[in-house]
Amino acid sequence: MIFKKLALAAVGATLAASALSAVPAQAQENGQFVPGLVYRTGPYAPGGIPWADGFADYVSLLNARDGGINGVPLVYEECDTAYNNDKGVECYEKLKGKGPTGGASVQPLSTGITYALMDRVRADKIPMITSGYGRADASDGSVFEWIFTAPVTYWAGADAIVQYIEAQEKDLKGKKIALVYHDSAFGKEPIKTLQALAEKNGFKLDLFPVPHPGLEQKATWLKIGRQLKPDWVIMWGWGVMNSTAIKEAAAVGFPMNKFVGVWWSGSEVDVRPAGMDAKGYLAAQFHGAGANYKVHEDIVKTLYEKGKGASDRDKVGDILYNRGLISAVIMAEGIRTAMNKYGNKPMTGEQIRWGLENLKLDDAALDKLGLKGLMAPLQLSCKDHEGGGKVVIQQWSGAAWTPVSDWITPRRDGFLTEMYKESAAQYAKEKNITPRTCN
Amino acid sequence: MDFLYNFFISPFVQIADAPLFFVEVLTGGLLSGVMYSLVALGFVLIFKASGVFNFAQGAMVLFAALFFAGFMDKGVPWWGSLILTIGVMVLLAMAIERIVLRPLVNQPHIILFMATIGVTYFLDGFGQTIWGSSVRVLDIGLPQTPLEIGGVLVNKFDIIAAVVAGSLVAALALFFQKTRIGRALRAVADDHQAALSVGIPLKTIWAIVWTVAGLVGLVAGVMWGSKLGVQFSLAMVALKALPVLILGGFTSVPGAIIGGLIIGAGEKIAEVYWADAIGGGIEDWFAYMLALMFLLFRPQGLFGDKIIERV
Amino acid sequence: MLYREAGQFKTSYAADQQIFPILQDRIGIGLIAVLALGVLPLFATEYMTTTILIPFLVMSIAAIGLNILTGYAGQLSLGTGGFMATGAFAAYKLSTMFPDLNIVFVFLGSGVITAFVGVMFGIPSLRIKGFYLAVATLAAQFFLLWLFNKVPWFTNYSSSGVISAPPRAIFGDIMVTGSSAHYTAKYLFLLVFVGLLALAAKNLTRCHLGRAWMAIRDMDIAAEIIGIKPLQTKLSAFAISSFYCGIAGAAWGFIYTGSVEPLAFSIEISFKVLFMVIIGGLGSILGSFFGAAFMVLLPVILTNAPHLLGLNIPVDMISHLEYMIFGALIIFFLIVEPHGLARLWQIGKEKLRLWPFPY
Repeated sequence: MIFKKLALAAVGATLAASALSAVPAQAQENGQFVPGLVYRTGPYAPGGIPWADGFADYVSLLNARDGGINGVPLVYEECDTAYNNDKGVECYEKLKGKGPTGGASVQPLSTGITYALMDRVRADKIPMITSGYGRADASDGSVFEWIFTAPVTYWAGADAIVQYIEAQEKDLKGKKIALVYHDSAFGKEPIKTLQALAEKNGFKLDLFPVPHPGLEQKATWLKIGRQLKPDWVIMWGWGVMNSTAIKEAAAVGFPMNKFVGVWWSGSEVDVRPAGMDAKGYLAAQFHGAGANYKVHEDIVKTLYEKGKGASDRDKVGDILYNRGLISAVIMAEGIRTAMNKYGNKPMTGEQIRWGLENLKLDDAALDKLGLKGLMAPLQLSCKDHEGGGKVVIQQWSGAAWTPVSDWITPRRDGFLTEMYKESAAQYAKEKNITPRTCN
Repeated sequence: MDFLYNFFISPFVQIADAPLFFVEVLTGGLLSGVMYSLVALGFVLIFKASGVFNFAQGAMVLFAALFFAGFMDKGVPWWGSLILTIGVMVLLAMAIERIVLRPLVNQPHIILFMATIGVTYFLDGFGQTIWGSSVRVLDIGLPQTPLEIGGVLVNKFDIIAAVVAGSLVAALALFFQKTRIGRALRAVADDHQAALSVGIPLKTIWAIVWTVAGLVGLVAGVMWGSKLGVQFSLAMVALKALPVLILGGFTSVPGAIIGGLIIGAGEKIAEVYWADAIGGGIEDWFAYMLALMFLLFRPQGLFGDKIIERV
Repeated sequence: MLYREAGQFKTSYAADQQIFPILQDRIGIGLIAVLALGVLPLFATEYMTTTILIPFLVMSIAAIGLNILTGYAGQLSLGTGGFMATGAFAAYKLSTMFPDLNIVFVFLGSGVITAFVGVMFGIPSLRIKGFYLAVATLAAQFFLLWLFNKVPWFTNYSSSGVISAPPRAIFGDIMVTGSSAHYTAKYLFLLVFVGLLALAAKNLTRCHLGRAWMAIRDMDIAAEIIGIKPLQTKLSAFAISSFYCGIAGAAWGFIYTGSVEPLAFSIEISFKVLFMVIIGGLGSILGSFFGAAFMVLLPVILTNAPHLLGLNIPVDMISHLEYMIFGALIIFFLIVEPHGLARLWQIGKEKLRLWPFPY
């Protein structure tokens, strides 16, 4: 009994004490604070870990090699969201006040968390970068002042995939394309674009939602492979859904080289569990694969050879690793651009927004960063928060991803931009936002 | 009208049009139902012997698969990994019996149920602390290639899974009927007090039951793991097993198998033929609704014991 | 010495039946009210308000709701997440269909709609009991989420299926939802709501209906014999429980996160609320608050503790340890006090009554 009481008392006291002190400690360091909303746990951790490693490694590289950005060190702190919206909000609230200028830019790494933070970043004046996820119409910078979608959105990705299919088929008229998608905000993003394209190009679009988490897809694939028999299948999946889909597709004998995944369905963690079944599977990417770029060389030399890397050395250059790295590059270069104007000190959210809106990564700049070929050039503006990124289709050879197309430019002018504008205007009306004027 | 047509007429027209495809969907459904049964079996074993609704069964599946795949990644041959993992599961069962069950004897069922959810959290965290959360490929050489039998497409892997489940049930039946421990288990399942009074050591029996459930979890984990890769999501197969459980009855091993077959076939057929009428992606809840409908007519499940009046 | 009822005589039935019959309790409640209404908002930082206080209040509503169903009426339910989602989407539809409707009525209306849905899913409880019912309520959980995800009408045809709270004000110009609302305003609005709802729940459980619930819980056959109708009683428990869960869901979507997709109300939430009820104490309104506080605070503490102690543990390790500690603590609590924190509180009060002369 005494033990029981003591134990209870101890637990109670600890809880009370830590409740009182749960207020976040202020970071003392005098650098640019970089919040990292990552997920290294939960059902989607296999995809979240390499992304977080790539992001962390690039930040460490900047600190170790250049002493930060323009001499201002970066203070990076991760918070685990487990791909869970309310945990993401908690992480954001926790990190946004740290450092001398706060968490002055944020990358939520989840479409759901992006939606949850959209109002908050507007109120807090913190730019949110959603590279290859989030809300596509946020590319319209006049309405979504604080959200950046560089380098590509899901709508642009869907358009690029259809362009690729068109190039293979010559004519899409009368063809059947199926979309297998994660039944969530993320998976539903491309539907509108694909429907518009179906009307324009005359192909027939069939939709196949897969409920979270996507462990069972036999019925879906029997329907696709044995009944509908589409010419192409596009997949908007994430997590365990991807490898399951690839296996089930193989089980009904659907040809892998007619099966294109979005970038979140096209990483090593998706194809490896499916084994040799996945050979020939295609995926759209907005960056290259492999570790044969100068930036990787630097990372291996400055971090991994000294045992300071976040990941395993042989995982450097994985698809999701590179994506995390590129996301970090966009943020870092935005900060650098801002510093060039406002001086070399920690930047505030408003200054970083200016930096991102004036970010220009042409071939020369990419070459200097050691990223030539890894990503397409970018140029953002007040109006265009997407920056003209490009998409490449890659194929899984059974051991590595190899590009099978050139850089595809999504048809923005006259098509996607109009759609962004229309959708953003509707959002502005709903939220009572007066679009700002961009010069 | 469109809805009525899609709901009442068009599915049957489709079935009649392509009977072979219907057979394919049916077999595919039955075979994936077997995979659910594999997980449901573990629940049944424990509920039967100790009256505990062990929510941690899903976590045990993940836990076993993590250890098995982890040992194999470390270069241990598969039989070595198997023995090591069995050892881990035995230790786990003993620990659960000693730390969780024994202090909670005679508590209401809901408290025990909650405690197993606590175990779920603990195992999820513990397994991943040791082995990390990255996906692990578990290749035990099972083929995934499609196979045509009389024009009907089936999957070799699914057939192997069915065979494994079948032999597992047979082995369990033998174990329960023919061995001393098995008879003791059945005695405990029938009446705890009477079993105690004839000298059956209840605590040992519980540890054994949890071990057996752990081993069933291991088999399920290896089968599911080689299908999906070993990752956190494996723990979620438990949610697929629950409707099987209430359909078949909490206390019946054959019920778990039959329930799995019904759920598997039912949800595949519904997804293929009725998705047009009510929208796709219904696999999540359809199994539960199906089970619910059954329950309204037989509140104790298909094969469950009829003693739930005094809950 | 301080806490005893000696000398407090009741001279009327009303005085005898009040919620807090002891003067010291009334003072205590008053103090808590002053603290929560007046003092906390002054000191709480934005982080504390938005990540601890507001979720605590939201979850307490849900916990009270489930406690009515599981703790008082004895019907085990795992559909809480689904009912909360119903509340959130009902509130969204109501507030966008009737933009002039006061937010208070939007919340109450969403509660009423959820109550209807709850009754529909409560019907099987007339035939199914125990764990069979618990698993059957999962049907509600999965079906409702699927429905909101699938039918675009619920999200006003938004392409992503995410709804976000429209800005609404009370008393003319005090914003309580939407991005421009101040966190203190949100907190106070929610606090008043929670206070009134808790009071209502407490009174409900003390009246005829609450006693009928408890009779059904303790032994349904005996209850039937003394004239309690199981149909009305069980369904009313489902209705009122869902009413609370619906309001909790609406508050979650409108005040806490500000935007919601169905996936946010996954089965995890259902389990969390059930934990709150069990750890707080089955059949205790006060316990619901304890449970909610425990479940909201624990993860926050666990994630921040290593940082405060100056340990540098990678985030994934923290998360995994958090899981382990969380699981272990739950088991620990169930073993030492299966009747929950409310029971501990009661024991404490008993002790305090005798203190310092226990003989």
